[in-house]
Amino acid sequence: MNIKKSYISKDFLLYYMTYWVEEKEKKVHGKVYIIKDRCKQCGFCIEFCPQGVLQQSEEFNAKGYHPPKLVETETKKCMGCGFCQMICPDFAIFVEREEEDEK
Amino acid sequence: MEINATQHPMDKYLRADRIPHIWCPGCGLGIVLNAFLHAIEELKIDLDKLAVVSGIGCTGRIAGYINTDSYHTTHGRAIPFATGLKLANPEMKVVVISGDGDLFAIGGNHFIHAARRNIDITVIGVNNYNYGMTGGQLGPTTPLGARTTTTPYGNIEHPFNLCHVAHAAGAVYVARWTVLHAVRLKNSIKEALNKKGFSFIEVIAACPTTFGRRNKMPDALDEMRFYREHSVIKHGIDPAEANIEMGKEIVVGKFVDIEKPTFNDAVEELKRKVKKK
Repeated sequence: MNIKKSYISKDFLLYYMTYWVEEKEKKVHGKVYIIKDRCKQCGFCIEFCPQGVLQQSEEFNAKGYHPPKLVETETKKCMGCGFCQMICPDFAIFVEREEEDEK
Repeated sequence: MEINATQHPMDKYLRADRIPHIWCPGCGLGIVLNAFLHAIEELKIDLDKLAVVSGIGCTGRIAGYINTDSYHTTHGRAIPFATGLKLANPEMKVVVISGDGDLFAIGGNHFIHAARRNIDITVIGVNNYNYGMTGGQLGPTTPLGARTTTTPYGNIEHPFNLCHVAHAAGAVYVARWTVLHAVRLKNSIKEALNKKGFSFIEVIAACPTTFGRRNKMPDALDEMRFYREHSVIKHGIDPAEANIEMGKEIVVGKFVDIEKPTFNDAVEELKRKVKKK
């Protein structure tokens, strides 16, 4: 049997590979907003954040609870999934997604 | 850095002057309210066409926090009020959000008969295993062996399996989620709101102050970790097999999704028949 080998030019392959890599590098970040006076320190957002970007702060709010804050070294890790917003029983935290081009 | 804010995106659906609410730290009811508000936002439901009815108890306060037409009714009678509302104004979307003590203890018969008639309402029953507001007494959903203020040596009564009750009474949509499955709960509420007929969602919620504290889960986080480790998603299984037992796995998922003519449809058909004669 005669099987023809198909050749793809090198340039063509390179073009598509770079295109694919560029697509992958588009990152989505989340901006975390906290309404400190509503927090009741249940700790759900800290425990169930998939990226672990939140921690308990040492400051007090008006009711004497410790609201959460971002871990300073991992500010860019928030992907904006919004699970903290869904799981917060007190409407005290929400996330805005923003797309960023980073290479 | 995190940014300090004063307004939450859900504040437009809330009576924001009443927030912070009265529920304890870590109470699951806030998550149920949050998921419900996210669902009505994503479905873009007109707030003039939505009514929320609730009974008595901690869960009964949900109606007071949503900025729409809402009824805070007498104990156990949330479903009769909702039935009247739906029959008088069939274009309205009527949602009952109430607790297990309200819907299944004093209001048990109303639930069964509304499901039997297949009235086109959505019922979200929040199950926290006890009577939370009055101090943690034994309720109809307390699992066997659980300690409450009235059963200090452990419960000896068999509990209701709410999903099985709803299915047996004839509900067309039955699902169960814990408050940890917040996103799935939101999607389930969206499905139930679009469903024609009696749809029921059981939400298992943490009650750290009155139930968890007496059952070796003193913190809301302990209860949430328990849900993470012990809940199993099984879609489409017979709700009779999804019993809730103390310390055992919690079966969650969408159990029933069928089609059936509603009570409103039957009334319309009857009207047409009688007019012909």
